[in-house]
This record gives sequence, structure tokens and C-alpha cells, in this order.
Amino acid sequence: MTQPILSVNKLTKNFGGLIAVNDISFQVKKGELMGLIGPNGSGKTTMLNLISGAFKPSTGQINLESTDITNQAAHMIARHGVARTFQLVRILPSLTALQNVIAGCVYGHVKLWGEDAQQKAEALLHRVGLAEHINTPTDSLTYIDQKRLELARALAANPRLLLLDEWLAGLNPSELNIGIQLISDLRDEGTSIIMVEHVMDAIRQLCDHCVVMSSGIKIADGSVDDVLSDPEVIRAYLGDEHA
Amino acid sequence: MSRLNKIFSQISKQEKRIALYCAIAFAIIATLPLFDQGFYLSISVNIVMYIVLCTAWSLFSGPTHYISLATAAFYGIGTYVVAIGIKDIPYPVLLVMAAIVSGGIAGIVGLATLRLSGVYFVVFTLGLSELIRQIVTWVQTNFSGSSGLYVFTDIREMHVFWQLLGLAVIVYIVGWLINRSRLGFAMQIIGNDETVAKHLGINTAISKILLFMISGAIIGVVGAIMAPRFSYVTPPSAFNPIISFQVVIMALLGGTKRLWGPLLGVIPFTILFDQVGVYFPDQTSIVIGVAFMAIVYLLPNGVLGLIETIKQKFTSSTKKEDPT
Amino acid sequence: MSFIINGLLLGGTYALIAVGLTLQYGVARIMNLANGENLVFACFMAFWLYTAFAINPILGIVIIAPMAFVINWLIYSYAMRPLVNRSKTSGQLEVNSILATFGLLFILKGLMKFSFGGGYFTYNYLAEGISIFGHNYGLNRVVAFIAAAVIAGTLYLFLNYTRYGTAIRAVAVNPTSASLVAINVPRASAFAFALGGALTAASGALLSSFYTFHADMGMDFTMKALVIVIMAGVGDVRGAVLAALMLGLTETAIATFVDPGLTAAGTYGLFILVLLFRPQGIFGRSNS
Ligand SMILES: Nc1ncnc2c1ncn2[C@@H]1O[C@H](COP(=O)(O)OP(=O)(O)O)[C@@H](O)[C@H]1O
Ligand SMILES: [Mg+2]
Repeated sequence: MTQPILSVNKLTKNFGGLIAVNDISFQVKKGELMGLIGPNGSGKTTMLNLISGAFKPSTGQINLESTDITNQAAHMIARHGVARTFQLVRILPSLTALQNVIAGCVYGHVKLWGEDAQQKAEALLHRVGLAEHINTPTDSLTYIDQKRLELARALAANPRLLLLDEWLAGLNPSELNIGIQLISDLRDEGTSIIMVEHVMDAIRQLCDHCVVMSSGIKIADGSVDDVLSDPEVIRAYLGDEHA
Repeated sequence: MSRLNKIFSQISKQEKRIALYCAIAFAIIATLPLFDQGFYLSISVNIVMYIVLCTAWSLFSGPTHYISLATAAFYGIGTYVVAIGIKDIPYPVLLVMAAIVSGGIAGIVGLATLRLSGVYFVVFTLGLSELIRQIVTWVQTNFSGSSGLYVFTDIREMHVFWQLLGLAVIVYIVGWLINRSRLGFAMQIIGNDETVAKHLGINTAISKILLFMISGAIIGVVGAIMAPRFSYVTPPSAFNPIISFQVVIMALLGGTKRLWGPLLGVIPFTILFDQVGVYFPDQTSIVIGVAFMAIVYLLPNGVLGLIETIKQKFTSSTKKEDPT
Repeated sequence: MSFIINGLLLGGTYALIAVGLTLQYGVARIMNLANGENLVFACFMAFWLYTAFAINPILGIVIIAPMAFVINWLIYSYAMRPLVNRSKTSGQLEVNSILATFGLLFILKGLMKFSFGGGYFTYNYLAEGISIFGHNYGLNRVVAFIAAAVIAGTLYLFLNYTRYGTAIRAVAVNPTSASLVAINVPRASAFAFALGGALTAASGALLSSFYTFHADMGMDFTMKALVIVIMAGVGDVRGAVLAALMLGLTETAIATFVDPGLTAAGTYGLFILVLLFRPQGIFGRSNS
């Protein structure tokens, strides 16, 4: 295949003495959905924060196709086409649902304004199933609807790379199926995605390949089946006695 | 609610009507000097001056929640631009220069401080006004041997009034344009969540600095327009820190969520401060203090917030009565 | 070289108000912009005690500091705690406490102007000179410096070698963890706020013995204290003492070698430079 959409090279981030991401390298191919998994506190969110520019890496390099984005500011990385959701949902509470989504397509990778932006946002709200909530004040939306809204906002940028941080967490079983279907559709359309997730069903159904982190270190990288049967991964998740 | 979504609709009929009413209102107000040239004109000058100052202040501080006490600095700079240049440079040019100098200084301050948070920004802006005042005082006493500058012009109070009224129109139009622009929308997003704003591709630093510059430039022009009214300009009168505090009070008591919010604070408080100044000159400080307390403990969203809560209660209770 | 000693003598008094402010901000998390009013209040009290009852300002501290302690405790409990409880984010608390303490500042200033008038005050206590290294210094300045040093030393011992002092330092570092180890955080905050006010008042009583004071000067001293606190890094008591001495030296140096009219400009200039280049403080530990 051609150049990967994202290549992370020997990336390290330390907070004071704590090394949250330790010398990690991996690649995401174009159109691929990569799962980033690992126990709590293993550094997954930090990794997404490094890619999206929320944090600056201590050492290492990140390339988005041929662009070096290692030390770029978050807003520049967004303009290159990286969009994300947050582990703890961050909607814009004083704006309406429609305005929340419009916010995603004005300043970033896509720069629309006026009718165009409005139409795009409306279409995306339909797509994530929020059609009837276009004018609802966002702080009265349910948790899943807030998550849908955040996804619609990220999609509004036509991202080249989409980062999802536990987007499926906290959904009930029927919502989960809808959610998985939505992500599956995105993948089929060719969006490159990194998905941090704990929901094993979703990982099995969706991921083309998986990277497993534990205590900041990459302990496995490969196809979903290989990775999930790797003894070291099982040990990281379940503790020593199960290996 | 649907009104909220029309951030880029065409100018609606309703907006056209409001614009027409405003134009008529301004025209009527502009005739005031024909009827009175004494007390009412003088207090109206103050009211319009504070309307411009507070609206300009709110352009920046409303969405960002940064409390700026730099008003006295920008105002004083504007005043001094006129005081220094009036003998040699045409007055209209001086107004433009005042805007450029204050806006430029706002840009430098913004560049340096907007990464500082809350309280540091407040004291920085207060310190800046004081620093400039001290330096101007020192330069004057040591190099010009006087404590102030004379501003002799043909500009009378009614001309000051008309200029301020014109500037008010400009400020409202600028504010309205900003609210409809990408910049205004970006400021709304930043006010909600700065981290999200960055991840949506907004250069938050530049956005804030731009708005601070626009706000500072307008305040500078107010200072310039007021200069002829001083006739003798001294550092304590031009860089009067009380102006900074009064602007914060009036704007917050009015409410900063809408362009016309500050108006609700300016009119009562200009009159109140004026009356207190006449009848209880020693109690100004206590009035300012009580006003700050009222903002925090009674009217956290200003009169505007109060009106909107009442309106909401009213509409929701009428809805209950009407089950359709 | 006499400016060095003069600067240090002045810095001693500054140290107390700065330590007061840093306790209030570092522990109680309230940036008290009205802190300077404690100092002005103490100046007037000391003046009154000395002129009306011939109680000297050093002894006066025994009366003034507890008064300030009680007043500040009440201010914290009735004005500040509701804000702490109501504010959802630290940003909201910051904006609210800035506005509320501005309110307090103007009200207190207004009350003092109302009670004492807008004039300048001074009184003669130990106004004779004392010779140090062949130069003459005001005895009152030297005595004030020694008293300030004793108070600062006592505070240091209290914070570092008593249980309650340790608890207060724990709240300064992390209120959430402190409450986990059964420290009563709201009470420790109120105590720190009150103690900060008392220290500032003590510094005011000392200052009044050699300084011409007036009802309007509170904000200037709050700004001085802020410069010191920011230079030292918030919550750092030892750093605050060092930074206070530095500010005292800087001001005296400017007054001696440049122009007395520029000392205040010097303070603000220093303040702006520190904010621009070392917002985490000159001695502040960097956070990453
Ligand atoms: N801003 C930060 N400052 C200090 N430590 C952090 C910060 N963000 C994350 N960490 C630490 O980094 C480690 C990894 O956290 P995180 O990336 O959130 O893990 P995960 O998302 O895999 O659960 C944790 O120990 C966490 O406490
Ligand atoms: Mg996480």
C-alpha cells in the first residue's frame, strides 16, 4: 500500500517522573480502523492527546502522511485533518446542537460558512440520529445523545484521521449496536480511525488491527485475534495468575 | 429557540425593523443639545461615553470571562494622543492615531498575557494602567516641567456628545458584525470550552488578541474624543483607575451575553454615580464596593440575566396553562 | 551602601503582608484583593492606640492582630465560603472571588475614609536614629524589622513543627487528599484566611511606626504583596520572605539612584516582568 496516514515513531511522554507513553511506534494505514487498547491508566488517552496536539511529546515523532505534526499546536493539527472525541464528553453547552456541529466545519480541515455549513451540520445530525434534536439546548440532551453530538462535530471536519476515545463506553446494549453500526459505516466509507475502546465485542467486530498498551509500553501490535490471544496481553488485562 | 441557530441567515425583516427603530432613536437622541446644554447634556455625555466603553469592554470580556482593568490605560492613551498632538495634527487624524496606538498596545499586552489565567490577567491590566500613569507623570514633571497639557479646541460639549453618539453607532454595528462572523462564533466556542476550540482548529490566542485589540482601539478613541472636554489633561485624570472599575461594574450589572446588555447597567449607574458624586462625594468608594457585591451575590448574570429568567418563567408557566 | 540596609528594613515589613496574602491564596484559594485594607486598618488602629492610650505599636499587635483574625474569619465564613460552594469550576471561583474582594476593598476603603478622612497620618514612635556600620537609621525601622522577623520565624515554626501547621500545608498542596486523611479542609481554609489577615495587620501596625499612611493606599500594598507572592511562587512562605527583601531593596535602590517618583513604577515594572517571564515564580518549582 501507499504511505500510512499516521506513523508514530518512538514516541515518549513523561509527566514529571511518570512515563505515560514510553517509546511507542506504530502505523495506521489509509482507511484502516486501528484499535488502541489496554488497561486503565496505560496511556491510551495520553497517546490520543499527543496525536491531536493537546500535549507536546517529550521525544519522538508523529507524521500525518508526509507532514511532520510532532510539535504543532492543536489547532494546526486539526486543520491538517485530525478530529477527535473526548473520553469525558465535551459538548459546548451554551450552543444548540446544530451550532455544536457547525463549530466542527468552520475553522478546521473543512472551512464552510453560511448555508453550506448549516446544511452539512443538519445532514450529520440526521446521520447520527439526532434529527429531532436540532434545536434542543445541548445540556438537556441524554448522555448518548451528547456522545452522538460530539461524533457529529468531529465528522463535520471531514477528518483524514478520526480519534475516538472510549466513544462506546456507557451505552446500553441497544445503543451499543447502533453505535457499532455507525462506526462500521464510517470505516466502510474509508475514514481512517483510531479507536480507544474497552468493549471487546466492538473491537472484534470493527478493528482491522490493534495496538495494546500497558503502563505506557506497547506490548502487542497485530491482527485482533493474534493480539487478544497473546499471553502477555492476557496477563496485562487479568493479572499474572491467568497467564 | 430557532432564532439561536440563525447565526448566518440573511438580515431578517425583524432585524431590519429593529435597525430602523434604532436609527430613529439615535436621531431623536442626537437632537438633545438643541434643548439643553447644561446638566442633561453633560450627564448624557457621560452615559453615552460609558455605553461605548462598556460595550467595547464586553466585546472581549463577555465571551472570554477575562476581567480587564486596562480601560483606564487605553482611555488615557487616547486622551494623551490628542493632548500631545492637537497643536500640530488635524483632530480627525488624532482620533485614528488614538485607535491605532491603543489597539497596538492592546495587541502587545494580549500577546504577552493571554496565556496567563484569571487573576494574573486582572492585576496585570491594573498594573499596566498604573505603570503608564506613573511614567507619564514622571516624564512630564522631569522633561516638560508641568503637571499637565492644555487642550484648546473649538470642540464644545455638544460636539463631544455627537461624536460619542456616532461612535456608539459604530460600536453596535461592529459588535453585531462580529457576532455574525467566524470570529464571534469562535469567541462563543472559546467561552464554552477552550480545549475543544483548539481541537476544532481555532487559533484561540489570535482570536482573543484580535478582539482585545478591537476593544482597546475603541476605548482609546473614547479617550481621544473626551480630551477636549478636559481642557487641561493630567495623568491622574486621564489614567483614572476608577473608570476601569466602573466599566466592569456597569457592564457586568447590565449583562454581557447580549450586545445591548451593558446598556441596562450604564444608564442607572451613570446617574447613580453622578448623584453620589454630587451629594455624597466621600461615599463613592462604598457605592462601588456595594455594586461589586451586588454583582456577585445578587445578579451574577446582570439585569439581562434577570430579565431572561423572568421571561423564561413567564413563557413556561403560560405553556402549562395552555395544553396545546 | 546604606540603601541595602534601608531596603532590607523595608522588605521585612513587606514580607509579612506577602506571607499573609500567600496563605490566603495558597491555602484558602481566595485571591484577596482587599488584603491591603487589613494593613491600612491596622495602621489606623495602631495610630489610635498610640495617640489615645499611649500603647506602642509593637504591643498594639497583640490587640490588632487578633481583631483582624476574627474579622477575616467572619469574612471568609460569610462572604467567601458561599462562593467556594457555589462555583462549579475553579475559573468561576476565581472570577467571583476577584469581584467580591474588589467589593470588599472599596467598601473597607470607603469606611476608613469615612471614619478617618482622606488625610495623611504619621506619629512619632522611636523616631531617634541608631547607628549601624557608621550610618544612621530610624530606630523605629530597626525595631519593626526585628518584630517582623520574630513573627515570621514563629509562623515558620508553627507551619513546620506543629500538627495543625502541617495540616494547613497539606491543604495548600492538595485539598482533596487532605480531606482524605481527615483534615477539616473548610476549617483549615478559614483559619489560613484569618491568619493571613492577622499577619497583614501585624505588618500594618509595624509599618505605621515609620511610614506616612492614608486611607487610599491599600491597593498599592496589595499589589506589592502580589508581586512578591508571584515572584516567590504561590504558597511558598520562605520564598515570599526572600522576594519581599528583594522588592524592598529594588524600591530603595530606585529611590536612591534613579528617582523617588519612580518607585511605584518600579514595583509595577518588576511585576509585569515577572508575569511575563516567570509566571510560576522565580523560586517556584516548575510543574512538569
Ligand atoms: N495531564 C497529566 N498530568 C499528569 N499525569 C497525567 C496527565 N494525564 C495523564 N496522566 C497520567 O498518565 C497515565 C496514563 O493516563 P491515561 O493516558 O489517561 O490512561 P488511559 O487513557 O489508558 O486510561 C496515568 O497514570 C495518568 O495519571
Ligand atoms: Mg483514557
